[in-house]
Amino acid sequence: MPTVSVGRDRLFQSLGRTYTQEEFEDLCFEFGIELDDVTTEKAMIRKEQHLEEDEPSEDEEVIYKIEVPANRYDLLCLEGLSRALRVFVGLDEIPTYTVANISKNDMHKMHVKPETNLIRPYVVCAVLRGISFDEATYNSFIDLQDKLHQNICRQRTLVAIGTHDLDTICGPFTYEAQPPADINFVPLKQSKSFRADELMEFYKSDLKLKKFLHIIEKSPVFPIIYDSKRTVLSLPPIINGAHSAITLKTKNVFIECTATDMTKAKIVLNTMVTMFSLYCKRKFEVEPVEVVYSDGKSEVYPDLSVYKMEVPLAYISGYIGTSLEPDQVTTFLKKMQLHAEVAKSGDKDCIFTVSVPPTRSDVLHPCDVVEDVAISYGFNNIPKRRPASLIPLSLNQLSDLIRQEIAMNGFTEVLTWILCSKKENFDMLNHKDDGSTAVIIANPRSADFEVVRTSLMPGILKTIGHNKDHPKPIKIFEVGDISRLDETKDVSAANRRQIAALYCGSNSGFELIHGLVDRIMEVVGTPFVAVGDTSGYYIQRSEEPEFLPGRQAHIIYKGKQIGTFGIVHPEVLNNFDIPDPCSFVELNLESLL
Amino acid sequence: MAEDAILGFLEKQEEISDSGKFAEEHGFDHNEIVNIIKSLNGFRLVDAQDIKREKWVLTDEGKLYADKGSPEVQLFLAIPPEGISREDLQKKVDSSIFKIACNQAMKNKWIEMGKQVSRKVQNVDDRVKNLLIQVQDGEIIGQEDVEALKKRKLIAPQTWKGYSLRKGPNYAPKRKKAATDFTKENLQRGDWKDWELKEYNFEAKGQLAEGGHLHPLLKAFLHVRNRLQLIFLHMGFEEMPTNNFVESSFWNFDALFQPQQHPARDSHDTFFLKVPSTTKELPENYVERVKHVHERGGYGSRGYVYEWKREEANKNLLRTHTTAVSSRMLYQLAQKPFTPKKYFSIDRVFRNEAVDRTHLAEFHQIEGLVCDKGLTLGDLIGVLYDFFSRLGMTKLKFKPAYNPYTEPSMEIFSYHEGLKKWVEIGNSGMFRPEMLLPMGLPEDAKVIAWGLSLERPTMILYGIDNIRDLFGHKVDLGLIKKNPICRIGI
Repeated sequence: MPTVSVGRDRLFQSLGRTYTQEEFEDLCFEFGIELDDVTTEKAMIRKEQHLEEDEPSEDEEVIYKIEVPANRYDLLCLEGLSRALRVFVGLDEIPTYTVANISKNDMHKMHVKPETNLIRPYVVCAVLRGISFDEATYNSFIDLQDKLHQNICRQRTLVAIGTHDLDTICGPFTYEAQPPADINFVPLKQSKSFRADELMEFYKSDLKLKKFLHIIEKSPVFPIIYDSKRTVLSLPPIINGAHSAITLKTKNVFIECTATDMTKAKIVLNTMVTMFSLYCKRKFEVEPVEVVYSDGKSEVYPDLSVYKMEVPLAYISGYIGTSLEPDQVTTFLKKMQLHAEVAKSGDKDCIFTVSVPPTRSDVLHPCDVVEDVAISYGFNNIPKRRPASLIPLSLNQLSDLIRQEIAMNGFTEVLTWILCSKKENFDMLNHKDDGSTAVIIANPRSADFEVVRTSLMPGILKTIGHNKDHPKPIKIFEVGDISRLDETKDVSAANRRQIAALYCGSNSGFELIHGLVDRIMEVVGTPFVAVGDTSGYYIQRSEEPEFLPGRQAHIIYKGKQIGTFGIVHPEVLNNFDIPDPCSFVELNLESLL
Repeated sequence: MAEDAILGFLEKQEEISDSGKFAEEHGFDHNEIVNIIKSLNGFRLVDAQDIKREKWVLTDEGKLYADKGSPEVQLFLAIPPEGISREDLQKKVDSSIFKIACNQAMKNKWIEMGKQVSRKVQNVDDRVKNLLIQVQDGEIIGQEDVEALKKRKLIAPQTWKGYSLRKGPNYAPKRKKAATDFTKENLQRGDWKDWELKEYNFEAKGQLAEGGHLHPLLKAFLHVRNRLQLIFLHMGFEEMPTNNFVESSFWNFDALFQPQQHPARDSHDTFFLKVPSTTKELPENYVERVKHVHERGGYGSRGYVYEWKREEANKNLLRTHTTAVSSRMLYQLAQKPFTPKKYFSIDRVFRNEAVDRTHLAEFHQIEGLVCDKGLTLGDLIGVLYDFFSRLGMTKLKFKPAYNPYTEPSMEIFSYHEGLKKWVEIGNSGMFRPEMLLPMGLPEDAKVIAWGLSLERPTMILYGIDNIRDLFGHKVDLGLIKKNPICRIGI
């Protein structure tokens, strides 16, 4: 992402108010740019030269380094940033950029020689008439060229910009390609004349320019722009001539962009002129230049026409996932410098004609318009939805996942009977049967098969009771269904998928079972939260008769009790003929889906 | 012992008025008594009230004089009745006390001092020593004497703290030790019936569940990966096959509507390959459509309007993102009758970056995507909340951003309670129609997607500020051992 450095005070002045840093950061966040760093000119120089950090003095101008999206070339200078933000906060209307209405005869002309095809075939030009610079705007003008060169121009390979004091040169201009030995001129910042091939040698030691030399170095011809008196304007993409250099006093600026990519050349030219026509006598008006090719064809630049796009309201609403009124959309788009008009009204088939200004080359498709509506609406105001296709795991898949996890924690899986005796299911667990939970069998063959288990506990305890001689500790678990009476079902009973695990050893293993609860929650991605918080799970003391008082708790998952764990009550242990302490957890798996 | 004595005493007596006296009478160290009282008071077996007393104790110097006599007396006794030369006297008396001794003896007018030292009185009484012994024995001495001894720094004040005790609400003649766990012994003895069980803190997590992590070395890191995988599976996502590090520029960039002059396609950012340098095969019809959408747009788009070069698309590289795999998967999906899909991947990607504190040349990318008809930005936001809340990140906000293949694009920020600030945790967006439609997906099919690096949440969760501490051969084993708790929760 490119970073633009702007003076804080100048920025605030052009925004018409001051912001605290936090307020400004919030504005940036909302708009989609980022305040990357706050520094000063001197601090930047110190950093560049790796000098020790001095105490910054009070009077140093504060510089904001702002990160902008890589496809927003119109935000690469203070002028564009403040223009976009002013429109965003509603201070300004969308600016209209116009091409001065002058006849072709009065236009400056750029004649393109066919040889330029060999090296850099395209050129586009424009004139900024009646501009007034001050030191800050002049610097911004130079900086924008640098930023464009670094970004969209890909280090001048695709496009190179030359700006000239129009009053020092005399049209018509020619864009040519000549052997280096035939080119002679005084380059910018030099006082003597160089031959182009010598100049290339000379710049090999120039830190700033040497990285551009490769673009034309090996070519037999170099691109070159002359005026009618054969004064060299520039040797693109390396250097301009000294003669036409712009100064603070320059009133009329001639801009040429030479390129290997026509689309980008137009974007670069449009960016330059839309940004800086702000300072022209006729604000936002740009004087056109005719580019004439050797075959007689000609084009007039810049092309500041708006690009019209048809975007249905339903498309926008459907993309964002919230229904919007037509005038809401128009207002939202206006904040993003996109003018929208209802081309066809009606609730269902309302269509907007959206005018994309020349500054917004990033808008390619209606989906880009949608994004601007969404930004303007506020990403953080969009209601959350759950996609219909987001079906979580099936119960069996979840069971399998959890089974593997518990096994990985060293527990051995058991598979016990669904049926048990009434005594095992109730009395032996210190529970009374109130008749509201268990499915009772009418014709049991033996007392072992009287009821459908209402918890996994009896089966697990019976397993331990029958394995008294097994070396301790024993860690076992079961994932299985229980059945309970349920009036909402046609048959008045429903299954529930439960997980149970037990530790048996010389100590209770209570903390270990507690840890297993945490692990299961972790696996299903539920955070541990404070008591009362419904966004995750927490543990709360319980008073259940099958567990030892003080060492038992409910598992509260998203506000609902889904299970219990604790040290098995000594009386219960006794009932199942277990001579060792045990801790047990049981929880409902379906609740975790 | 002492505890039994206290509880036993209170069984018969109303109160212990002074723990100090009690200790003395019963032959206990008072400090020991104090600790027991604190514990008994905590369990409310006794009700303890603070009592404070100021008392005087001897300084080290004071103790010395209480034992050996005051310096002035020592000096006096060293002077024979006939007198002694100053030099000889100095030899007879300890040099450390000589000066004090002389001053005090002179002040008391006991001696005559010149070159010769002689007694002025015949007998002296060592009052200082006696007073010091009295203080040592805790006897009360006159205020004037206290001042004098204090001035000579022989005594210092000390606050004595003790307690007065009565029976507390839980008083019992013998304390039952609170149990912390239920053991086999408890079960056998049956003492759980009337025991006292220490309070258990249910607001803390239980004992860490051990086992189940395959790699002992990069536990933290791999644990996070393992967790993410489970989260995706739990949300019903399918894992994409990502076992191809070498990718063509076409699938990595062009298919994603990333223009050929995009900076990411520079050799500064991407590892291109010498061998194998180019791809042999691409789906030609699809390539045509991709070329067209780049060059001239279509599907409602203006396109980038530049000359698209097949050679660029053919260049092989090390994939810069797993989205290259997503583009292949979505293309395959488009070749069949439409069905909604949820894909995820967690795998290595490569960037030609200088390695520093926050950058690595290779890292792990986590990517999730949902492809279905009628998906909206609201769905994306909903899914992101669902996903990140499972990582314990419940406070999210979204910032507009730019990404060549998603529109709208949103950077995801999460509020970090520890750092007290918003931290960027990932990127998200809806794939552009210019990417999806050339593949052959139906017009109303939308794809919502998000991505993050695996390193980033791990760094945030474990407070690691140098990424190289986490990953690569320079990893610090100590760091991983120091962070044994594999718990996610930002």
